[in-house]
Amino acid sequence: MSDTSLTNAPEFSVSELSGAIKRTMEESFERVRVRGEISGYRGPHSSGHSYFALKDQNAKIDAIIWKGVFGRLKFKPEEGMEVIATGKITTFPGKSSYQIVIDQIEPAGVGALLAQLEERKRRLAAEGLFAPERKQLVPYLPEVIGVITSPTGAVIRDIIHRISDRFPRHILIWPVRVQGETCASEVANAIEGFNSLEPDGNIARPDVLIVARGGGSLEDLWGFNEEIVARAASMSEIPLVSAVGHETDTTLIDFVSDLRAPTPTGAAEFVVPVRSELLLGLGDLASRLANAALRLHQRRVIELRSVIRALPVAESLLSIPRQRLDLCAVKLPTALRAGVDKRRIALSNEIRRFHAQSPQMQLIRYRERLNSNNQRLHASFNAYIKQMKQINLNDFSRLKAVTERLKTTLSQYVHNEKVQLINTHSRLRAALSAIIVLKRQANLNNTLMLKTGYLRLQPTFTQVIERKKLQINNLWKMLNTLSHKQVLARGYAIIWDGEGQALRSAVKVLDGMKLSITFSDGDVKAVAGEGQTSSLPKKPVQISKPGQGNLF
Amino acid sequence: MSDQPKIPDLSAMPFETALKELESIVAKLERGEVGLEESISIYERGEALKSHCEVLLKKAELRIEKVIVGNDGKAKGVEPFVD
Repeated sequence: MSDTSLTNAPEFSVSELSGAIKRTMEESFERVRVRGEISGYRGPHSSGHSYFALKDQNAKIDAIIWKGVFGRLKFKPEEGMEVIATGKITTFPGKSSYQIVIDQIEPAGVGALLAQLEERKRRLAAEGLFAPERKQLVPYLPEVIGVITSPTGAVIRDIIHRISDRFPRHILIWPVRVQGETCASEVANAIEGFNSLEPDGNIARPDVLIVARGGGSLEDLWGFNEEIVARAASMSEIPLVSAVGHETDTTLIDFVSDLRAPTPTGAAEFVVPVRSELLLGLGDLASRLANAALRLHQRRVIELRSVIRALPVAESLLSIPRQRLDLCAVKLPTALRAGVDKRRIALSNEIRRFHAQSPQMQLIRYRERLNSNNQRLHASFNAYIKQMKQINLNDFSRLKAVTERLKTTLSQYVHNEKVQLINTHSRLRAALSAIIVLKRQANLNNTLMLKTGYLRLQPTFTQVIERKKLQINNLWKMLNTLSHKQVLARGYAIIWDGEGQALRSAVKVLDGMKLSITFSDGDVKAVAGEGQTSSLPKKPVQISKPGQGNLF
Repeated sequence: MSDQPKIPDLSAMPFETALKELESIVAKLERGEVGLEESISIYERGEALKSHCEVLLKKAELRIEKVIVGNDGKAKGVEPFVD
């Protein structure tokens, strides 16, 4: 009792405490990677989940892989295997235990190796060993092919087979172990060894190298991931083709080799062309060469022939000039005399023309011209006169004829017009008389209608007037009964003030005020009050105002 | 250039180079863009290249040898490879 009184620590239930622990643990170790050895693994439970433990030399933790996760694992757990597991820490309150629920698992060894490989790759890449400009071209048709691989097994056989199929060559094999501790150093040594061969030494120096190995696990291929191999391959002066493992395996040497082949046979295909295809191609080229040269030659021959054909014959070239020469030779002796004669004739012509220009000759010519002109003048004048006469005669007769035609035409025209006018006149008269008859008829009708209308209208009119008279009389009688004069006749009177307004109340009547009284039989002038007449009725009203009390 | 050596020495020429040159000569002749003298000289060179390629293709002899590695890790010699 005294203990409980000493502490006020809260009291948990077991479940509460377990729950709190669960929360604490799961929050602190949300996701962890843990390295350890698989212990107590007996395959998936009948439920499909796997239960085992991870342990190292000092500790042990329960592990679970749920069924769904197990199916997706790339790497299945094995008893005793060193692994790196990734998962979540949970507790199991029912047993007061905790465990890791694994969702990823990988072998610790491989993971470490891969990490190492990545680190190497990074380092060599940083050194520039993978640079594309370091890559050498693989020769098209090598004489000697150096192959670095195991002398036994399928790989070398595949390579030899493929090379001899495509193009039989000189193959030099440098035997190495492609697996195990010494693999890397042997491969590196082989690459260096091939490179150190003299070009014209006892042993043929290869033109290309193939480093090959068949498929295997990461550990099997590990030798080709070693730095010494990568460095030797990158230093190789002989172009190097790598073909390590299957197509999906990539080793360090693949990054530094000049060409990476997917498989050893692939490497053989990269290294030698197909001989039969080349022979075929060469044959084709050779025939094209011969044909092209032949065609070119034939074309030239044809061109030459056509040029030759177009070339004129020497004889024909000379014949025309020769003919001209002969002609000239014949003409030459006579030409001189002919020249003299021509000039003599010309001279005598000149003399004749000179004579013709003498004054006498000119005078004769002028006279002749004058005479002839005179004659032409006479002739033309006579002709003119004759023509004129003819014209006058013609005109007169034409004028006469025209006048005659004009006269007849005119009289014809006048006659026609007259006839038309008469016709029109008679038609007009007939139309007019018809219209008059029609109008007269219409007038007669109208007068008749007017008369009948008047006869029908008269009695109606008199009746209306009589009715109106009666109405007026009735109204007059009614007016008389309602008139004030009837009231006056009964003895009443109307009193008017000076302004002609009817007085309806005694209050409005002041002393001495001029009044007018209307009786039924006439009007009487009167003055209000004691009978004093005032010429200025308004004045006494104004004066008596302060002494209004006197009136009462 | 090809006129200078009457018998051009092609023995050191790699196959691919010879083949490419031959192809370019054939193309040139087929286009007919060469003069008579040049066409003759390149035709001759084409013939020589063709023969050289043929020689290279005829030397198709499979020889397989294995390097004998000495104690120093160097190649000591070769021996016929027997599978």
